[in-house]
Amino acid sequence: MSSRDVVLARVRRALADVPRASGPEETAVPRDYLREHGEHPAEDTVQLLAANLADYRAIVHDIDAAGLPGLLAHLLGERGSRSVVAPAGLPPEWLAACDLEVVPDVPETTPGELDAVDSVVTGCAVAIAETGTLVLDGSPDQGRRRITLVPDHHICVVRVPEQVVASVPQALERLAPGRPLTWISGPSATSDIELDRVEGVHGPRTLEVVLMRP
Amino acid sequence: MSVTDLGMPAFPAAAARSTRDTRLRANLRYATHTIRDKRARAVSELGDWAQLRAAGRAIKDRTLRHLDHYLERLEEAVTAAGGQVHWATDAAEANRIVTRLVRATGEREVVKVKSMATQEIGLNEALAEAGISAYETDLAELIVQLGKDRPSHILVPAIHRNRSEIRDIFRSEMGSWGRPAPDGLSDRPAELAEAARLHLREKFLRAKVGISGANFMVAETGTLVVVESEGNGRMCLTLPETLISVVGIEKVVPTWQDLEVFLQLLPRSSTAERMNPYTSMWTGTTDGDGPQTFHLVLLDNGRTDTLADTVGRQALRCIRCSACLNVCPVYERAGGHAYGSAYPGPIGAILTPQLRGTASALDASLPYASSLCGACYEVCPVAIDIPEVLVHLRERVVEGGKVTRRGVKTLIKPAKGHAAERAAMRAAGLVFDRPGVLRAGQRLAARTRKLHPRRLPGPGRAWSDTRDLPPVPAESFRDWWQRTRGGERGNGREEGGK
Amino acid sequence: MRVALFVTCINDTLYPRTGRAVVTLLERLGVEVGFPAEQSCCGQPQFNTGYRHATEPLALRYARAFRDYEYVVVPSGSCAAMVRDNYPRLGEKAAAEGRGRALAEAAAEAVPKTYELTEFLVDVLKVTDVGAYYPHTVTYHPTCHGLRMLGLGDRPRALLQHVKGLELRELPGAEECCGFGGTFAVKNPAVSAAMGADKTRHIQETGAEAVCTVDNSCLMHIGGTLSRQGSTVRPVHIAEILASTEGNVL
Repeated sequence: MSSRDVVLARVRRALADVPRASGPEETAVPRDYLREHGEHPAEDTVQLLAANLADYRAIVHDIDAAGLPGLLAHLLGERGSRSVVAPAGLPPEWLAACDLEVVPDVPETTPGELDAVDSVVTGCAVAIAETGTLVLDGSPDQGRRRITLVPDHHICVVRVPEQVVASVPQALERLAPGRPLTWISGPSATSDIELDRVEGVHGPRTLEVVLMRP
Repeated sequence: MSVTDLGMPAFPAAAARSTRDTRLRANLRYATHTIRDKRARAVSELGDWAQLRAAGRAIKDRTLRHLDHYLERLEEAVTAAGGQVHWATDAAEANRIVTRLVRATGEREVVKVKSMATQEIGLNEALAEAGISAYETDLAELIVQLGKDRPSHILVPAIHRNRSEIRDIFRSEMGSWGRPAPDGLSDRPAELAEAARLHLREKFLRAKVGISGANFMVAETGTLVVVESEGNGRMCLTLPETLISVVGIEKVVPTWQDLEVFLQLLPRSSTAERMNPYTSMWTGTTDGDGPQTFHLVLLDNGRTDTLADTVGRQALRCIRCSACLNVCPVYERAGGHAYGSAYPGPIGAILTPQLRGTASALDASLPYASSLCGACYEVCPVAIDIPEVLVHLRERVVEGGKVTRRGVKTLIKPAKGHAAERAAMRAAGLVFDRPGVLRAGQRLAARTRKLHPRRLPGPGRAWSDTRDLPPVPAESFRDWWQRTRGGERGNGREEGGK
Repeated sequence: MRVALFVTCINDTLYPRTGRAVVTLLERLGVEVGFPAEQSCCGQPQFNTGYRHATEPLALRYARAFRDYEYVVVPSGSCAAMVRDNYPRLGEKAAAEGRGRALAEAAAEAVPKTYELTEFLVDVLKVTDVGAYYPHTVTYHPTCHGLRMLGLGDRPRALLQHVKGLELRELPGAEECCGFGGTFAVKNPAVSAAMGADKTRHIQETGAEAVCTVDNSCLMHIGGTLSRQGSTVRPVHIAEILASTEGNVL
């Protein structure tokens, strides 16, 4: 008997008290919790996102599409970044105003090489206002998971209002489970020392979020 | 169980030692009170917390009551997505599987995401015996590993260490594991975190094998979820070529939609945040992104035995948030080490004696490591009635009874060392079931009341070492009633016996 | 209204003045109180220590003793909680073990009529001003079973706030367990004592003359600790405060 069969047989013996014929539905799951906490017009949801991002020490910027290349050039320049990773599907015009090395997101790059890159610019799949969360799903404008992890500075562009949802339940409805997903709420942090929150351990220590309007 | 847990003293003795350690008491008090207040605020932000809690409980109950069904679906989905699923009946088998998988890569070192399951099975020690170095990468786990210490909290394993102790450990130990601590390292948390970042980065960048647990596994999609703060999890889950996840079978949830409940319950209950900084979700492997080989090791190790107990089963709902530790007055004073397992605090007191049984003196003492104050049940995001299970397990300890051990139904005898108590409880039962005898006893006590000491000898010292006994009154209530109102208002006969 | 007092074994034996205070108070409020002598102990010490089977006859006895009454008033949060929370469990477990429904039926009969004293005053008699007078500073410790199992909420405080002459002092860390916990106090004496020391420190910080609870078992631990420390703070059951009047301060 394989260990698989042993474990499954133990489970079945352990559940002798459960009526098996009816299937899992015999245990009702009440779902009377809220789909979102308070109804907001779209603009309020964007404001809530901005407030919650800032509350967890992300730096938030608000700009229209025409102003984005200039803003990105300003942010990268201000920080003194000499190189930036760009996912393959990042709209080329976003970095058009920047004067620095653009490193492509390709499989051959080693983690060590990525570690030498100063910044990364990506889009996102969805942003959650109530929790101040950005979700990346590996789409072409977001790239491989590691590019938003190893560099110390991440600029994430959120298309508002269409990429913003109010709540966690609404975000999950929009996401495809088969894709590798990274949920980001503020910069990396730890509370392991006397439960005193410190921003910046292994992930990017600076997270900037650009709320881009049409 | 981990080798370090062998030979642990029973809980009361270990806890008594902790209560005399003033630095430990101060560290724990500060940390638990900080987080419990924050949690209360984070939870109060959600007006539907009670509904989320009820849903979380029901989803877990549904999963547990049909666990075989969901495990098979999970296996199917993970396999279809390119993962390989392994099954381990116990700790030894899980350790053998992981060791074999690491050896097959040819690597001699692995990076680890903090995981309760691998701590429970003592994986690091097993890998070390096979000549494989396992590096813990969570900051607190790093502190524990460098300090040759044991974790004392589920979420904050180094909660028993304060900043200056951590600085000393980093200064003296980092060098022998890799990059030494920076010169002049202070005890500022930000500097300590920076030292950890530098120390671990070289390990992440060269790692070929990552080992993790998981907070949730979605049966319908085969998706695994790891919830974390520092980014060490993302490092281990995405940079290596091979990822091995060791996960308890109870961590499965039926559907993708179910995550909407747990991703609201868990962060607010554990770190008291609206959302933790990083959550990773992966389904099998993805071409060109992250590990190209993924192994999932499904772990039983006493979980099916726990499942067989219809009252104790609810402990398997646990999502390891540690809210129960942070509100527990016993944990706050005893510290995590006194619980002698990977699972300290109230949840440990009901989980460990079910996963391991109650044969050892330590495990038999755990169900008593509670004043039954109920604070743990109140904060539990999946409504585990911990006091109910504690009392249920106490019965198993003193009365014995039918249990399942390693899948086999067994009749266990009452634990040793309870004979005097059992006799006293029986005697009390006899007296209380015969109010006439009770009254005779009360009268005898009243007549001799001048002779009663306020301190007791022998076993009674457990009470009277720190507390005076109340004086015995001259007259019981019963006698007062009889004397002042006897015969009035149908107060009826008094039974002398049954 | 047929009302019985379940005095509880600890009050009967060690704190009869609490039982007498309940009788005084209820009679002052116009309630006729009965005391069926067949009553004894609710079985909580046995049950909570793991001796479920030794508890069963006591649950049956409780149901039998109060059969003729509509209400049972209990001056103890934890004993009331024992009846309300754990008697149904006793019944279900016995039934599951194939030993019939007698215990389950006893529980079903006992549970709805059992009220902790402050619940009875506020919910049944609908009174928060019981006409009491108590010229002392008092701090209130909400005991765990009253707070969390029964959900007494603001009831005890509402009653205390209406007592003439009484000044209520806020207790820091009020909702933390005092460390009694029944047999916990002797099975884990070091932790119990540490909890008791923190609780009594908070009590002394309030500067109150008396500490009040709805449970004499917790007060036995708190009072015993205070007494050993040489403190002058007096432990008082809430019934004794509520029964006090200008002519007769208990």
